[in-house]
Amino acid sequence: MKRWMSVLRTPVGLTATVLSIGVLVLAVVAPLLWTDNADAIDTDDILAGPSAQHWAGTDNLGRDIFYRTLVATRLSVELALAATVIAVVVGLLIGTAPYLLGRRPGRVVLAGTNIAVAFPGILLALFFAVIFGVGAKGAVLAIGFAGAPTFGRLTQTLVAGISSRDFVAAAHVAGVPRLRILFRHVLPNVSEPLVVNATIGAGAALLSFAGLSFLGLGVQQPAYDWGRLLFDGIGSIYVNPAAALAPGIAVLVAGLAFNLFGESVAKGLGVGVVGGIPALPPSPEALEADAPAAEQAHGSGTDLVLDVRDLEVAFPGPTGPIRPVRGVSFSVRRGEALGIVGESGSGKSLTALAVSRLVEAPGRVDAARLDLLGSDLRVEETKAQRRLLGTSLAMVFQDPMTSFNPTRRMGGQLAEGARHHQGLDRASALARAVDRMRAVRISEPERRAHQYPHEFSGGMRQRAMIGMGLMGSPALIVADEPTTALDVTVQQQVLDLLAAIRAAEDVALVLISHDVTVVGEVCDRVLVMYAGKIVEDLPAADLAATARHPYTRALVAAVPDMDTDLDAPLAVIPGRPVDPADVPAGCAFAARCPLATARCHAEEPPLEADGTGRRVACWHAGEPIDLEVDGSLLGRDEREEVEAR
Amino acid sequence: MALASSVATSPRVGVWSHPWVRFGVRRLGRLLVSLWVLVTASFLMIHLIPGDPVRAALGPTAPAALVAAKREEMGLDDPLLAQYWHYLQSLFTGDLGTSITLQLPVSQVIAQRLPATLALAFLAFAVAVAIAVPLGVTMGVRTRRGHGRRTELAFTGTSVVLGIIPDFLLGVLLVYVFAVTLGWLPVAGNDSPSAYVLPVLALAVGPAAILARIIRVEMVTVLQADFVRTARAKRLPARTVHLGHALPNALTASLTLGGLILTSMVAGTVLVENVFAWPGLGSMIVSSILNKDYQVVQAIVLVYGVGVLLVNTLVDVALALLDPRSMIRED
Ligand code: SF4
Repeated sequence: MKRWMSVLRTPVGLTATVLSIGVLVLAVVAPLLWTDNADAIDTDDILAGPSAQHWAGTDNLGRDIFYRTLVATRLSVELALAATVIAVVVGLLIGTAPYLLGRRPGRVVLAGTNIAVAFPGILLALFFAVIFGVGAKGAVLAIGFAGAPTFGRLTQTLVAGISSRDFVAAAHVAGVPRLRILFRHVLPNVSEPLVVNATIGAGAALLSFAGLSFLGLGVQQPAYDWGRLLFDGIGSIYVNPAAALAPGIAVLVAGLAFNLFGESVAKGLGVGVVGGIPALPPSPEALEADAPAAEQAHGSGTDLVLDVRDLEVAFPGPTGPIRPVRGVSFSVRRGEALGIVGESGSGKSLTALAVSRLVEAPGRVDAARLDLLGSDLRVEETKAQRRLLGTSLAMVFQDPMTSFNPTRRMGGQLAEGARHHQGLDRASALARAVDRMRAVRISEPERRAHQYPHEFSGGMRQRAMIGMGLMGSPALIVADEPTTALDVTVQQQVLDLLAAIRAAEDVALVLISHDVTVVGEVCDRVLVMYAGKIVEDLPAADLAATARHPYTRALVAAVPDMDTDLDAPLAVIPGRPVDPADVPAGCAFAARCPLATARCHAEEPPLEADGTGRRVACWHAGEPIDLEVDGSLLGRDEREEVEAR
Repeated sequence: MALASSVATSPRVGVWSHPWVRFGVRRLGRLLVSLWVLVTASFLMIHLIPGDPVRAALGPTAPAALVAAKREEMGLDDPLLAQYWHYLQSLFTGDLGTSITLQLPVSQVIAQRLPATLALAFLAFAVAVAIAVPLGVTMGVRTRRGHGRRTELAFTGTSVVLGIIPDFLLGVLLVYVFAVTLGWLPVAGNDSPSAYVLPVLALAVGPAAILARIIRVEMVTVLQADFVRTARAKRLPARTVHLGHALPNALTASLTLGGLILTSMVAGTVLVENVFAWPGLGSMIVSSILNKDYQVVQAIVLVYGVGVLLVNTLVDVALALLDPRSMIRED
């Protein structure tokens, strides 16, 4: 019950609650107070418009429409509730039938329900109204039965969900009869969503009832509900519009109130609603890069493909901006393969997105320099620049399953960019797509080009993605975890393909990975990122033997090799990665570092070049670490921390 | 293309392995089963009415001989199964019986009334889609990733309220504003093009609001998808990314729910026609129920039911065209 009160906290929920209660109160008191006013006949004053005496005018017997509308609340609400009860009870019978009757008969009931719910409620209501006859009683039954299939299906879904749970299975094993299990274990657990949906259903029943009465099939004179008043009022809408409007507004207000009350409760309780629309959690990510502007001549004399200085990426957070990338500088030469490694959350993927101009607002990218082939990417995107990016920069994303548009053929998806940027016509773009698919070793490319992504295997899709990057004349391929989502057996193929393309076409490669082995195998140089910064920059060949940063060494040590005892637990880096929203002062790695000293906690080590082209950010770079036998790197860290205090 | 390939790889199974063929067969099967249920239900309807339907139609004062003759003519005294068989046979020959009150073949009554209802439904359908798709897409793009919170709240609030207002009440309100108060548009009938405006609006606004809301939500979801990022990585213009890549996927997701809304428009004509005295099936069925002219009611129920089933089938076909995976998912 307490959770139900949460409804009152939203303005909509509060309004709906107040209105619903108001309608219910009116339903109780209105007939007691105003029946006489509503039934008073005044033949001298028939079909009059609104006046001080009759706020909504009078009907053809001179009766006051306003009071009649108020008094009609009871009958309207009663009938709607009665119909809802019927719908819920019949729905429960239908919905639990598969559970009680067993598989075969249950399936028949289910199939019938599925056919019935395909028909709109008003049609079912008309059908039943014919069977049950014109009048209030017939209409209650008709609307009740018309609503039953929807409740039946809801119940059936809920019951199926609960009955697969452990405690129900346990009750079965214990030999508890099915009916008993249903009442003791299953129904109590599904009552909440049922009640919520019944509330919404009551609103719908109210509206449907008004509909049937409006058609003249529901309440008959001399009784009257809102629909009946509306039916009587519409005939004289030119004489006294208020006679139709007053009951119309009453129906609307009451229907809306019940409906919104139910929806608010559902939202508050996190209960699904029949035919409802799922709410979306807001995503912290973003769209359309909106960096500053101006085109530059590209193709400078150097062979630098990518030049990045002081790159920062920031997102608005609840307490000021969050900076997952905090000042990253590096460059990539023609034909060079650069690896970026780090744990998830280290900022490596965002770095890749930022250099490809794919960070979306509200994310912000700042840099002292961000040049691709001499063109400044910080400026507003122009057509020429889009062409440059579209043809010279190829992206390969992590999950090839979701990175292709499922509704379009592969060939077309590959050809699209070429048609756009290179001005190729449909046929030649497709021909090039087929050719590129062949280049990435997809067999029968002509046939494959006509297929949809779901007809490709994972590895084949990733190769197609690489092929898509080769549609232009790429100078740089940015591959973000290209093998992570793939089957182990095809990972190597994809890596080999990247390496082969790089060698053959002299393309630079930026390979993002959490896996040092992958990076070490494919790349010339490796950047190690931690908490949004580069902590070490070294030749890939030196990774295993002469890495100097404790974090890099921990990453390398975590890789199982020939000597690893396969029965021992896999070595992991102890501690948790830094939360970008809460980066500690000093060295970000200090909390997990076996070499950390008081200085590390206080002062941040700068990234310094050592003269041999390597860079490292650590106060104790290269100092020996006394590895525990079990591979744990902790030990000294704790000792130091004690000393530091 | 794909047909040739599956035949080539599995020659023995032949065309049956082709996804479109399998989809067609399965979908047709479902349509036929639903049709059978519908026809049986409409047959049973007359027999479930308590009392004698003929007596009810002719009134308590009608001579017993007339009632008996009418019963005889309708075969109501035959065994139930024989009647059922007879009913199915006459359906195939297009014989829907005779209207007791109008003294006309029911098929003729339907033929007279159907065009007006179809015109209303199609127009409302077109208007609803024409409003909902651009509106939903624009809103989706503008409110993606937590942008435009205010716009989103205003839009969602308005569309929720518009979506809940039942079509006949909206009709009454429209009549009040545009016919009674402003006098711009006629209140009833379908004699002039301007007479279409209010009924079509009454029928289309609610579904359009709900559909637009669904499309917005789906657009926002789809715009976060990886393949949209891929499209952006190809540096396609925003319009191509939104309309060419995101929209088809948003539509496939919207269609499943949207189909229900579109079928509800078929039935919505019943109430709206009665607001505007529209000379279609909807006003006919109500007067027939009140006159206890059950043969006409039975036939109109059947027509509406078939309409709903056809819309459902079309939605599934549209879904399959937009997203070929949906054919397989059904397996
Ligand atoms: S600076 Fe200190 S805490 Fe940071 S990595 Fe180096 S030794 Fe460890």
